[in-house]
Amino acid sequence: MNSPKHSLRRNAVRWFSSLLVASLITPTVFGAGATIRFAGDSDVGEGGRWTRAVAEEWAQKTGNKLEYISRPNDASATLQLFQQYWAAKSSDVDVFMVDVIWQGICGPHAVDLKKYFKDDEIKAFFPRIIQNNTVNGKLVSIPWFTDAGLLYYRTDLLEKYGYKEPPKTWEELTEMATKIQDGERKAGKPDFQGFVFQGKASESVTCNAIEWVYSYGGGTIVEPDKKVTINNPKAIKALDTAKSWVGTISPLGVTTYGEEEARNIWQAGNAAFMRNWPYAYSLGQDPKSPISGKFDVTVLPKGGPDGKNAACLGGWQLMVSAYSKAPDAAADLVKYLTTAELQKKHAIDISLLPTLPALYSDPDVLAKNPFFKNLLPVLENAVARPSTVTGADYNQISTAFFQNVNKVLTGGATAKDAVVAVEKVAKRIVH
Amino acid sequence: MKEQDNQSLLLRVLFYLLVAVILVFNLFPFLYALLSSFRPSNDLFSTDLWPKALSLDHYQAVFKDARFVGSLINSVIVAGSTVLISLALGSICAYALGRLPFRFKAPVLYLVLTMTMFPSISVLSGLFVMLKALSLFNTRQGLVVTYLIFTMPFTIWVMTQYFRSLPKELEEAAYVDGASPLTVFWQILLPLTMPGLISTGLLAFIAAWNEFLFALTFTVTDTMKTVPVVISQFSGTSAFEQPWGSIMAASMVVTIPLVILVMIFQYRIVAGLTAGAVKG
Amino acid sequence: MAREIDLLERQRRLAWYLILPAVFVVFLVIGFPLFQVFYYSFLKYKLDGVTPSSFVGLDNYAFIFSDSDFWHAVWVTLVFSFFSVTIEAVLGLAVALVANSKFKGRTILRVAILIPWAIPTVVSSQIWSWMFNDIYGVVNVILANLHLIPHKLAWLSKPETALPVIIAVDVWKTTPFMSLLLLAGLQLIPGDLYEAASIDGATGIRKFFWITLPLVTPTLLVALIFRTLDALRVFDIFYIMVGGQGNMATVAVYNQQQLIQFLDAGVGSATSVVILLFIMIFVVLYTRFSKTSFE
Repeated sequence: MNSPKHSLRRNAVRWFSSLLVASLITPTVFGAGATIRFAGDSDVGEGGRWTRAVAEEWAQKTGNKLEYISRPNDASATLQLFQQYWAAKSSDVDVFMVDVIWQGICGPHAVDLKKYFKDDEIKAFFPRIIQNNTVNGKLVSIPWFTDAGLLYYRTDLLEKYGYKEPPKTWEELTEMATKIQDGERKAGKPDFQGFVFQGKASESVTCNAIEWVYSYGGGTIVEPDKKVTINNPKAIKALDTAKSWVGTISPLGVTTYGEEEARNIWQAGNAAFMRNWPYAYSLGQDPKSPISGKFDVTVLPKGGPDGKNAACLGGWQLMVSAYSKAPDAAADLVKYLTTAELQKKHAIDISLLPTLPALYSDPDVLAKNPFFKNLLPVLENAVARPSTVTGADYNQISTAFFQNVNKVLTGGATAKDAVVAVEKVAKRIVH
Repeated sequence: MKEQDNQSLLLRVLFYLLVAVILVFNLFPFLYALLSSFRPSNDLFSTDLWPKALSLDHYQAVFKDARFVGSLINSVIVAGSTVLISLALGSICAYALGRLPFRFKAPVLYLVLTMTMFPSISVLSGLFVMLKALSLFNTRQGLVVTYLIFTMPFTIWVMTQYFRSLPKELEEAAYVDGASPLTVFWQILLPLTMPGLISTGLLAFIAAWNEFLFALTFTVTDTMKTVPVVISQFSGTSAFEQPWGSIMAASMVVTIPLVILVMIFQYRIVAGLTAGAVKG
Repeated sequence: MAREIDLLERQRRLAWYLILPAVFVVFLVIGFPLFQVFYYSFLKYKLDGVTPSSFVGLDNYAFIFSDSDFWHAVWVTLVFSFFSVTIEAVLGLAVALVANSKFKGRTILRVAILIPWAIPTVVSSQIWSWMFNDIYGVVNVILANLHLIPHKLAWLSKPETALPVIIAVDVWKTTPFMSLLLLAGLQLIPGDLYEAASIDGATGIRKFFWITLPLVTPTLLVALIFRTLDALRVFDIFYIMVGGQGNMATVAVYNQQQLIQFLDAGVGSATSVVILLFIMIFVVLYTRFSKTSFE
């Protein structure tokens, strides 16, 4: 019964079974790490490809696994898709790339990133963006790259018509655009336009119109302290000024133009001025482009001599899902992607704007993107849309705003009526 | 005699003119897109009608992406399965509703119709939750199930109409010979409904092939995505840029299988009842 | 006699077996979503993760019916549906008749008529938007060169010109659907009827009105019902070409706005139910009008 052979066998059995159990437990304790699913820019495009490659490097360095999920190119389709995941509290995606104006909407579904970033690390980012991304004290997302509205101008045409500098006020711009447009049309370019921008009834015109209103000192519809300020004479003057461009220095169809429609006309050489985001810069400078080497960018004009320069704040952020099964690893990825080293690489490789002010004086970055040096003051004073103060109701305000502004531009409503209508909606939301 | 000849000549000319108008009207945008797909990016938005140069850049960009080819295969599987299931379930249901004694024909037809009475967005989140619960999320089968929403109703209605219109004499002869209702369906009536089957099959295939919203929402990984979703992901460096050249090229590539399918099946659409069934 | 009764019984039983799979699919696919939509429509339910949901009875419905944006969307939807479905039915029948005839190049025509339907909507809507662009759009370039219009127009910027353009684009895109179904319907007409009519000396026009039209009507009605249902729920083409313009929204665009953009699942679901009831009314009208019997 208690022969040595028997106890040896019993021990062997015990030994093998504990080995078996250990081999089952081990992968989860020491093993392959977490699988992080990251929904970012589509990797069919250059931006997404870069992001995916970098994220996979992170995975290798940290012993995790990365699954990259491409989002559709259209921002609204992306939001619609992400909302299905959040509504279902799904753990299918751990890290989301989110728009600067979605903070109120995605706030409830995000992990507070203050847990993972030290104070001085947070201070290194543009304060305005961090402020925008903080909803009810929670840091919803970390800025990944930023964007701001810029004035593009044709250097060759300014020279041809005797202008030494780009316009400083909207009034100057109107004068310059009129002269250049008349001249170019007489010279055999009947489709030439003075100024193209985005007037389409969508978030695009919200961005443009906020720039106009702010540049005249008319505020940002709803101020961060929840005061509704849109109904004021300066805002009305701003909208009236914009209306005066439609059909004179801007084509009638500008009320249907988004970013690409404006860029299409500009890049084909048919416009003297354009308001657009920085992305159009490298596309325009491409050697095959008709306007390569013939343009530059500057800050958008002021509304009159005592106005302010305005640039609508755009850009995308990185957020960790509150329903993620591996939040620590996910936050680690976010931290990795937004370090100075990687943002510098981002700026040099694909010319996207970093969210760390320090990088704008970095010689390597400026060597590749000389126009960045003009942008630092623009970005530091960028105008954020009132998405954070209005939270999940931002879309309602934006819709009321863009529909009414579009009506003013098409002549379907007066500026006064428009601001009154927007004020009504805003007051209902921010009571 | 001459007057009649002149009249018929005039009619023929008018007829061919009509054919030409139909061709131009239908094909013009397609040709415009085809032309655009060969235009270099910078030339896409000039006001000249004819491109300054032709380039294969866009097609190269499209085919370099292995996922595009993979998505073509997914689309074929999903659309094909949707059509097979719709036609199978739909035609047997239609036979019963069109030819067999059944007390609840109208209620069933209306019940089936309710599937198409909603805008897609209304059922999106409900379907999302349901697919996850049934472990069909991010699968091709799950997508096929949701596509039945819009392919089954008109398949059933059109085929019911088809079965109803077939002459009764065909069956009566068969029943006299001792055939079962199932045999009558399979061997006699179904072949005569071929034009209906092909038409609804083609329309269902195209609808499933081009469907975007459900495909986007219910698939996550690249291995499951269908063509419209992959096209929507074509992007440049920034979120604002739309690489129209590549999108046009991809759309051309995507339309070609459909064109081939139509060419193969179109002659069957006009088989007709005079295929000799009743005579003799 | 016994044999006939026996056959009837077998047929009845078979009918049940044949219908059940389709009915099962209906319940499987639409059962839960439908339930969810009805349930949420009676709640105040915002997807902002903050507002608590509560039962509010018919409040959401009251909101919708008092919203002028909703009624304007109804108007736009009805105008669009009426014109596009009518034009598509007429053109569809014409095209089907042409495609049914024997002539050289028939195959090319039959393939060509399906092309508009075969191009993905998101792509074709965008192509048409470009074609109607006021600066580089092909339509303006051609029409201006032919001096048919005084100067290039911004077609999509105002409802008066945008709605006809959208209807035209939808007609371009969806006529294939009608013509294909009608072509199949034309096949149900026995050829001997035409032969007999010819012998009796009937002209082409009489044959059309006395043989073709009556016999293709059942198929036409089915095609009309489905086309109308699709038209009443139209979304993509409006969203892509004029999305955002408040006075150019259809009920489906309004629905999407409430549900997705405004995160209001309560009002959004109620809108879906209202659309459903709306569409049911149309179906009832159609069947009354056509006196379609199912015996």
